[in-house]
Amino acid sequence: MKAFHALTAAAAVLDRPDIDTDQMVPKQFLKRIERTGYGEFLFHDWKKDPAFELNRPEYARARILLAGPNFGCGSSREHAAWALEDYGFEVIVAPSFGDIFFTNAVQIGLVPIALPAPELRRLIESVVGGGELTVDLEAQTIADSAGGVVSFEMDAFVRHSLLNGLDPIARTLQHEADIAAFEARFPSPVATTSL
Amino acid sequence: MPKTLFDRIWEKHVVHEDPGEPALLYVDLHLIHEVTTPQAFDGLRLAGRRVRRPDLTLGTMDHNVPTTDGPIHDPLARAQLDALRANCAEYGVPLYATGSGREGIVHVIGPELGVTQPGMTIVCGDSHTSTHGAFGALAFGVGTSEVEHVLATQCLPRPRPKTMRILYSGELPFGVTPKDVILGTIGRIGVDGGVGHVLEYAGEAIRALSMEGRMTICNMSIEAGARAGMVAPDETTFAYLENRPAAPRGAEWERALERWGELRTDDDAVFDREVEIDVAELEPQVTWGTNPGMVAPVGGVVPDPADVADENERAALERALSYMALEPGTPLVDIPLDRVFIGSCTNSRIEDLRAAAAVVAGRRVHPRVRAMVVPGSAAVKLQAEEEGLDHVFERAGFEWRRAGCSMCIGMNPDVLGEGERCASTTNRNFEGRQGRGGRTHLVSPPMAAAAAIAGRFVDVREWAEVPA
Repeated sequence: MKAFHALTAAAAVLDRPDIDTDQMVPKQFLKRIERTGYGEFLFHDWKKDPAFELNRPEYARARILLAGPNFGCGSSREHAAWALEDYGFEVIVAPSFGDIFFTNAVQIGLVPIALPAPELRRLIESVVGGGELTVDLEAQTIADSAGGVVSFEMDAFVRHSLLNGLDPIARTLQHEADIAAFEARFPSPVATTSL
Repeated sequence: MPKTLFDRIWEKHVVHEDPGEPALLYVDLHLIHEVTTPQAFDGLRLAGRRVRRPDLTLGTMDHNVPTTDGPIHDPLARAQLDALRANCAEYGVPLYATGSGREGIVHVIGPELGVTQPGMTIVCGDSHTSTHGAFGALAFGVGTSEVEHVLATQCLPRPRPKTMRILYSGELPFGVTPKDVILGTIGRIGVDGGVGHVLEYAGEAIRALSMEGRMTICNMSIEAGARAGMVAPDETTFAYLENRPAAPRGAEWERALERWGELRTDDDAVFDREVEIDVAELEPQVTWGTNPGMVAPVGGVVPDPADVADENERAALERALSYMALEPGTPLVDIPLDRVFIGSCTNSRIEDLRAAAAVVAGRRVHPRVRAMVVPGSAAVKLQAEEEGLDHVFERAGFEWRRAGCSMCIGMNPDVLGEGERCASTTNRNFEGRQGRGGRTHLVSPPMAAAAAIAGRFVDVREWAEVPA
């Protein structure tokens, strides 16, 4: 996955709570066997409403999404993270995230930042009508164009992974000897091949 | 140091751990299906990696299979099922394909085959993997990148989650089911109440439940935002597992019982959070909104956004009522229905079908309603037919279908039409979940059955002949 350090870009606001992954990519698009091209399906049903936030012209070039709490709750479909990334978003800022969505986002280098609601409110106010933000993952700060800066917390290992674009599978495979030793010590209770 | 059930399973599965980093956890069982795996196998192929343990991997076809006889007309669905068949063949992964007799919803077949066992770690590219926690397993859903990770390494890096116990006291009242217990719980703690936590469901009311009931509760852990949900195994668990195809036999069985008997939470163990719920106070539940936390007792009314102080919450409530086309103050029992769906990994097991059939027997589906029963697996379907439940449903006017996820996710031809309103035994009432513009109300199997007959919601407790 690609590494992320910092980004200055337009931010879009989708200030609704509990946005589930079904809304991000409705089920009919999960039948595709490809990994790419999900951006056009992002918020497929909501986008049919002309008043939907992401239809606003000032958000057309947004690469940062400011959203409500529990963003990405529900289904485990990684297609939701793929669609956000393919649409052009690189950073999602919300007060909290669904656990599976958060993990999926980190897997592909889409940066999920949890920011307490009051700080997020300030950022939202600063970009209403289309404004830029600067997200600095090294410094763990988000700055608005008027000079306001907020800091955010992030798990040190998650941050390290995003900064370095680590390949999680390759990391695990470095522990091949540990895995083999574990398998030798604890034989698995079930063999699906002998049912 | 006193330990929780979760601690015991977690600690037994740590392959490697460095300070400040997630633990590397071993995965005992990896369940796969057609929807979240094609890109994972492609990734594996691109990297030149193998499936490390095909013997700990098991595939089935469930999400987009049609529930009627005959060929698959949807070319995308067919291509995805073909991809699963080809991938399983290439990498030596056992697959229970449609027609094998062992196919069904992945979270139904695992337990019924006995591959789901106490103390195991189980993952699947599906958020309702938490279902398997009913056996005292640590089971959770993952995305496609982590499906690939498990295929390649049989491990997953995971930060240690927090723990939360929900202690249920009292006895379930007549007409109140495990579905009402979990809906009532989510209504109380919220759809993000469990975020970051593994839940343990405990207490006398849980101990009194069958495995089917425990599975219904653990299934919806994700709807409270939890990473997983679990119940400590006991005699009920062991009795369910004995003689299942993958269950240990003879001396192995005795050793397994000893091991499984140790899987419990110590009396003085400490959880990060505890919640207590008296199930005697619960009523049958009906969701009125667009997430599972938007729920009320059947005797209640649609809430009024004007009563909500927080601006964002009020806006969310208004959006939900607008999507659901409901007016504040409407009694839930006055809501008319077009469709009824009995099925899904939440409520499609034999006990669910028996409970629904008991309500339906000798009655007729309301003329306006189209009602459907989709058993959770080929085995559930067969057993129900042996008990004559298919005739009970068909005589009443229900459609009796083949096994699959069906209208819970609407990836096959079973979908709601625009504006159709459905009483559903499923787990998600999200916008468009069962079909674009469709309106879903989550209920228990007896409540769905009664709604099919009445053409609107009814308090199933008023139908005295219904067994609890």
